[in-house]
Amino acid sequence: MKQEIKFNLNAEAIVLEVSPNELLLEVLRDKLGVKSPKCGCDKGDCGTCTVMINGKTIRSCLVLAIEVDGREVVTLEGLMGSGLTPLQKSFIEHNSFQCGFCTPGMILSATELLAKNSKPEKNEIQEALSGNLCRCTGYTPIIDAITDLTK
Amino acid sequence: MAENKYIGKSTVRIDGKVKVSGAAEFIDDLDFGPDLLFAAIVESKFAHAVINSIDTCEAGKIPGVVKIVTGKDFPFRFGLYMHDRFIFAQDRVRFVGEQIGAVIARDAATALKAAKLVKVEYTELPAILNVEQALAKDAYLIHPELCHYKHVPWFFPKGDTNIAHIRKVRKGDVAKAFKEADFVFEDTYTVPRYAHCAIELHGAVGLYDNSDRLTVWTASQSPYTQRNLFAEALAPLGLSHKDIRVITPFIGGGFGGKAGVSMEILGAALATAVKGRPVKVLWSRRQEFYNTYQRQGLTARIKVGLKKDGTIVAMDNILNWDAGAYVEYGANVVNAAGLSASGPYNIPNVSIDSVCIYTNLPPGGPYRGFGYSEFLFGLESHLNEIAKKMNIDPVELRRKNAIREGDILNYGGKMNANGLLEAIAKVAKEIEWGKKEISSNPNKAIGKGIALFWKAPAMPPNASSSAFLKFNEDGSINILISGMEIGQGLLTAMAQIAAEVLTVPPEKIRVETPDTDRNPYEWQTVGSHVTWGCGRAVESAAIDAREQIFDIVERALGKSRKSLYLENEFVKSHDDKTFMLPLREFIIAGIQKPDGSYRGGPILGRGMFMPEFTSALSDPETSQGGHPNVHYTVGASAIKIEVDRQTGKVKIPKVVLAVDVGKAINPDLIRGQITGGLLQGIATVLYEDMRFNEKGKLINANFTDYKIPTSMDIPDEIIPILIEVPQPDGPSGARGVGEHTMIPCAPMIANAVDDALGIRIKSMPITAEKIAMATRSNDPGQ
Repeated sequence: MKQEIKFNLNAEAIVLEVSPNELLLEVLRDKLGVKSPKCGCDKGDCGTCTVMINGKTIRSCLVLAIEVDGREVVTLEGLMGSGLTPLQKSFIEHNSFQCGFCTPGMILSATELLAKNSKPEKNEIQEALSGNLCRCTGYTPIIDAITDLTK
Repeated sequence: MAENKYIGKSTVRIDGKVKVSGAAEFIDDLDFGPDLLFAAIVESKFAHAVINSIDTCEAGKIPGVVKIVTGKDFPFRFGLYMHDRFIFAQDRVRFVGEQIGAVIARDAATALKAAKLVKVEYTELPAILNVEQALAKDAYLIHPELCHYKHVPWFFPKGDTNIAHIRKVRKGDVAKAFKEADFVFEDTYTVPRYAHCAIELHGAVGLYDNSDRLTVWTASQSPYTQRNLFAEALAPLGLSHKDIRVITPFIGGGFGGKAGVSMEILGAALATAVKGRPVKVLWSRRQEFYNTYQRQGLTARIKVGLKKDGTIVAMDNILNWDAGAYVEYGANVVNAAGLSASGPYNIPNVSIDSVCIYTNLPPGGPYRGFGYSEFLFGLESHLNEIAKKMNIDPVELRRKNAIREGDILNYGGKMNANGLLEAIAKVAKEIEWGKKEISSNPNKAIGKGIALFWKAPAMPPNASSSAFLKFNEDGSINILISGMEIGQGLLTAMAQIAAEVLTVPPEKIRVETPDTDRNPYEWQTVGSHVTWGCGRAVESAAIDAREQIFDIVERALGKSRKSLYLENEFVKSHDDKTFMLPLREFIIAGIQKPDGSYRGGPILGRGMFMPEFTSALSDPETSQGGHPNVHYTVGASAIKIEVDRQTGKVKIPKVVLAVDVGKAINPDLIRGQITGGLLQGIATVLYEDMRFNEKGKLINANFTDYKIPTSMDIPDEIIPILIEVPQPDGPSGARGVGEHTMIPCAPMIANAVDDALGIRIKSMPITAEKIAMATRSNDPGQ
């Protein structure tokens, strides 16, 4: 039985019919064309599907679409107003990505951290990123990009 | 020589914005419209079985199912170096998870549901799950038709055995040298299988349109090799290379796992079954683990003979590789490792048997390091054991025997110029070698370890690269190559190389991922060779463009060609200091003559590179006579660890890696390779491990049970050191570096564990559990 949900996606009001078993990740990618959240494991291990719901990061492969009814969903696309954020620019300056596949999720997790704590210690940064897997960089350049912003 | 303006500078990546903004499109991000079909795979339940029958009736009744295909629809063999695979299993399955058939449906869920309803009747055969079983007398043959398989001329399969290939090296007089040696040390070291774990899943979308054109979008390191293999495998359907197009968008990590052709053949084959409609095959994380390539397991028996002063005089290594059910790519890992398994040492008498052995485990294949990580675990561990027994400092033992320029390689060629001694000295200094450190916590032990590494690209002798370079109206440039951006920063490095020749800054150069209709040939992006090979092609395309520019200026304006040079996007002349012609004014439009006519036209540079000095032809019994390797990249790495005596848990306060890159085109990008490669390597030592059950089924095919490192698992401090002893045939002297950064991790940690606790662990991974158990059995007080 399909159900109508209403939510804000990157500051746009969305009204959509979804099945109760549809995942938020599938709805974002396949129905709304928002492609920065990606599927890497389908069970919440890798963090490439990270999105924000009401300001908190969450694995969109573990959330049913009906659960975001009445909430605010932000993806990487929604972080950028007129251009790249200082964090994204810092990622470029520090080579904090290689293949770029984990980057959208990584930036959302780092954005959430900096919103809560503008001067995180290294171990707090490590902790905040620990749910986002990156196989290329060895994480150090990502931590550097975040640390640089807190100076 | 003038100082470089762009090469050697840590230019910001030209693919930065596309990647940090989420605009980068990967295979699963591409849109194929509402017509797109989805395929799900019917997989083998058994490691080794005969297929008696396949019943698709029930599956076919599910609404939304469009087509079901099985092996009988594609009875064609294929493979990169040996044709030992079919697109779908024919009469026999050889590993758990092997593809038997596919259900194509309107949506992925329907395809998956229907695939589960396909009934396969099997008769089980004896499953061979390790090399000992495979080599046993009267072992069941996994490939009874082995001696009929087509393969490259440098493979030597042994018919009526499970040995797909043996690479034999015989140099000097090994028997005599061992007889004359003062000391002989022999031991056995084992390495299990590993998974690449690129975060992006493998995927392929095929469209065989109604004009008989096949387009395949793949997540791949090898678009041209894929096109060639698709053409070969599907030739019976009448497909020609010109009618096949492979498009590779950005890929979310490769590490060798997306080289060659694995599951992508399904995208091509299935497209031909549903003509006119695109069909997508996307692997799940589980399939990612058991049906792409795995890093092969190794049992290495290593024997070393030395003189009293520590000079190594003889080496005799037998490498038995668990290569899996199909070795079409993996046999070349075995081959490459065999040629180099004496390590970066000058040893006059060498015997190596590198043996590629079929087992009923998933197919082995290329993984960052291509066999070198595996044999160097044993060799570099063993050298420390030798040093201990002979009471020689392990760094001194390595320094004494390190290979130098001009030393004779295992196949008779000469070692290239290299900075190995400098690397040893620098890492030893940085890690404060010889300074014993004691933790303030009595429960912790501090240890240091060192390991050397080397690796050559494993390429066929005619592997080549090519490039087109097009100027645009505003003087900006598009470079077309088929070298693949796999995270390493290839696009930026290529832009820097062209920038240096044409004086156009990298930010005005666009380099994109390949499309075989548009971008010229590249063999594959593997073996850490593209900066070198593709770089040479780009350099020569840029020189070609520059010569066209000078030609136009000479013809249109009468300037002597010899006087012309480029500077800051202008053509200038040594003869006429006032002459300054901006490139943007004529590189498309041409130069106008007084009579109103024009000279010139669009500048289009063309470049190509093939290492014409290589040859894979050599004596099969000795490997003497050919020139299989283009060059070796060498280096040294050292680590300081802190081990908990009770739990065995290892912390890494510091790690140093020095590598001779020839010339660092972009130093920051190389430091990125070091930081990332070290962590990937460290994980293979400390916790990654594939576990199979007694029926050959992989039981940890997910990130919950197969742990890859998180941000919590990084070393406290990483010191990358770049050494530059130029590679004469490299672009500006550069050679490859991508794989090398993970190669020394296993032995240097094993050596550090021994230094800390006095225990030698000879089988990877070196888990906390293993260390704790070994500590206890070592300690008579426990």
